[in-house]
Amino acid sequence: MPTYFDALWDMHRIAAADEVYDLIAIDRVLLHERTGGVALKSLAEKGYSVKDPSRVFAIMDHIVSFREGRGRDEARSPGGETFITETRRMANDAGIHLIDTDNPAQGIVHVAAPEQGIALPGLSLVCPDSHTCSLGALGALAWGIGSSEAEHAVATGCLRVKKPKQMLVRVENELPDGVTAKDLALHLIATHGAAGGKRCAVEFAGPAIQVMTVEERLTLCNMAAEFGAFTAIIAPDEAVIAYVRGRPFSPDSKEAFLHWSKLATSESSGHDEIITIDARTVRPQITWGTSPEEALPLGMTVPATAKKAALDYMGLSVGEQIAGLPIDGAFIGSCTNGRLSDLQLAASVIRGRRVAPHVRAVCVPGSWSVRREAEALGLDRIFRDAGFTWGAPGCAMCFYAGGDTFAPGARVVSSTNRNFEGRQGPGVRTHLASPAVVAASAVAGVIADAQSLSVLGRVA
Amino acid sequence: MPDPLIRHTGIAAPLLIDNVDTDQIIPSREMKAVSRTGLAEGLFAGWRYRSPGSREPVPEFVLNRPGFERASVLIAGANFGCGSSREHAVWALAEFGFRVIIAESFNEIFHGNCLRNGVLPVVLKGVSDLRALGWDQATDLTIDLAQQTVERADQPGWQGEFDIDAYPKHLLLEGLDPIGLTLKSADVLDQFEQVDRVARPWVYKDYSAA
Repeated sequence: MPTYFDALWDMHRIAAADEVYDLIAIDRVLLHERTGGVALKSLAEKGYSVKDPSRVFAIMDHIVSFREGRGRDEARSPGGETFITETRRMANDAGIHLIDTDNPAQGIVHVAAPEQGIALPGLSLVCPDSHTCSLGALGALAWGIGSSEAEHAVATGCLRVKKPKQMLVRVENELPDGVTAKDLALHLIATHGAAGGKRCAVEFAGPAIQVMTVEERLTLCNMAAEFGAFTAIIAPDEAVIAYVRGRPFSPDSKEAFLHWSKLATSESSGHDEIITIDARTVRPQITWGTSPEEALPLGMTVPATAKKAALDYMGLSVGEQIAGLPIDGAFIGSCTNGRLSDLQLAASVIRGRRVAPHVRAVCVPGSWSVRREAEALGLDRIFRDAGFTWGAPGCAMCFYAGGDTFAPGARVVSSTNRNFEGRQGPGVRTHLASPAVVAASAVAGVIADAQSLSVLGRVA
Repeated sequence: MPDPLIRHTGIAAPLLIDNVDTDQIIPSREMKAVSRTGLAEGLFAGWRYRSPGSREPVPEFVLNRPGFERASVLIAGANFGCGSSREHAVWALAEFGFRVIIAESFNEIFHGNCLRNGVLPVVLKGVSDLRALGWDQATDLTIDLAQQTVERADQPGWQGEFDIDAYPKHLLLEGLDPIGLTLKSADVLDQFEQVDRVARPWVYKDYSAA
């Protein structure tokens, strides 16, 4: 019986390009100013045009300033304005959809695309960004590519692709209270390695997935990039269909509704690899090293197998307790954990408390839509009153691009997806965790989970 | 388009670390222009130079060691090129002079980016631990794409083999433009779209304009 991925692949398969490569129709191309601008420029230089501008979208997110009240061209990295202005100019010249820095729909591409109904169940969708796998959460055939492939998709409406092998990650039972989709993702990567996805299309299924909200699924699929997968996918259900209907770019079409309802299949089989996880065994996670696979449940100590380079960079030694390490910074945001439910979770932890005096804490909503909804709920007041900076949407402090960041050697707990050396700035020591753990750590001033806060508590 | 790659001989530089990510290959702060060029100087900047923004070399880093400065074959560990999809990582490697990367395994997107920029990614058949082959002394490697073989100047008689699919092999050997190649099938693409427009009309309609 074909898998859901097989069904989408076949639906988009134009023809065999040779024995192993297929020509796959691409329904939507998403671009951003960091790598999309150069793709449009290079395409124009070669004399190719955009095949169907109405199905190509440029969204500014990577290096836009996250400063409240930012200017239209303001970048967070020195010289970064050019990426914004050049992408704007080329997007306008090409006649594609542009979601500019001052557009109320602007946000991180993987946050904005679902919100705007650009990403939909059953669509094929590519973007020159590794976290495009997030959109598999909606039941889309979505994957990250390079700039050259983006040029190819924009010019031809298709890609020449080798069908990946498939992996089923079946998650039995339900996650315990206080354990999030982020913890599940880190647990999976820590258990099977940063290359554990084996370049497969990874389908998540099972009872723990069925009860997840769409936002939780987006978080889980997002980190397939850190798992070394080709992409991630979850067969769409009623929750997804209810989520996508009525959004600005979403079709108001009975045919589409019927099509979506038929996509939701009974469980498929025939995957090349199967991993089973008992959700009840997953605990809140924290990374200690410089690869996302170097993660552990909070409360564990740095393992004896730790590599020297990672220990040196992180300023840790074997056997050291990770919980309780003093921190200098906390960041909540990104395409992994910058959605409304993430902010609600963090706010529930910090409500009535204050960030430790020596900690710089920053919260950047993933999009203007998230920010507006959060403000309507009064979450901004909770963050600001606690001592968080409340930022303007974009990728923000998930990665350093020059400009403002934490100091070298600073220890930062972050709701982002990568703890690579220098990822958040030269010498910055990143510990990845869920928004709940980031919020608790910001308040405690040390790495902490939300449960321990009542002991450590710092009340406003 | 990149120069065709048929047979390449060059010095092999070992960087035998697992999970080397594209942030290490080219830090985002080194991507200063909307361009595919001007990136070689920023290659491995975090490891190659003493401090961010400086260009003072770290003598121990392989590309700063005597004999390796002009390496054109990189020997890497597992999951090389993981992380960000930035093609700048491959542009930086290529501009520095790398034509071949031999790794224990590659990240999917990085692997594809190599093939589109005239850089050959190689996984040697039957070799799970590249460290065991010994790379401390600078030596010339010859990679023959047509034959799919690797030979070492310092070990006559040793030969490695690798697999590559027909399409990427063709791209590299000929230095082809994939877009031009695909547009030759324009009829097939159009036929598919005509049928698909009937089956999935909503995909082709711009609802935001309504």
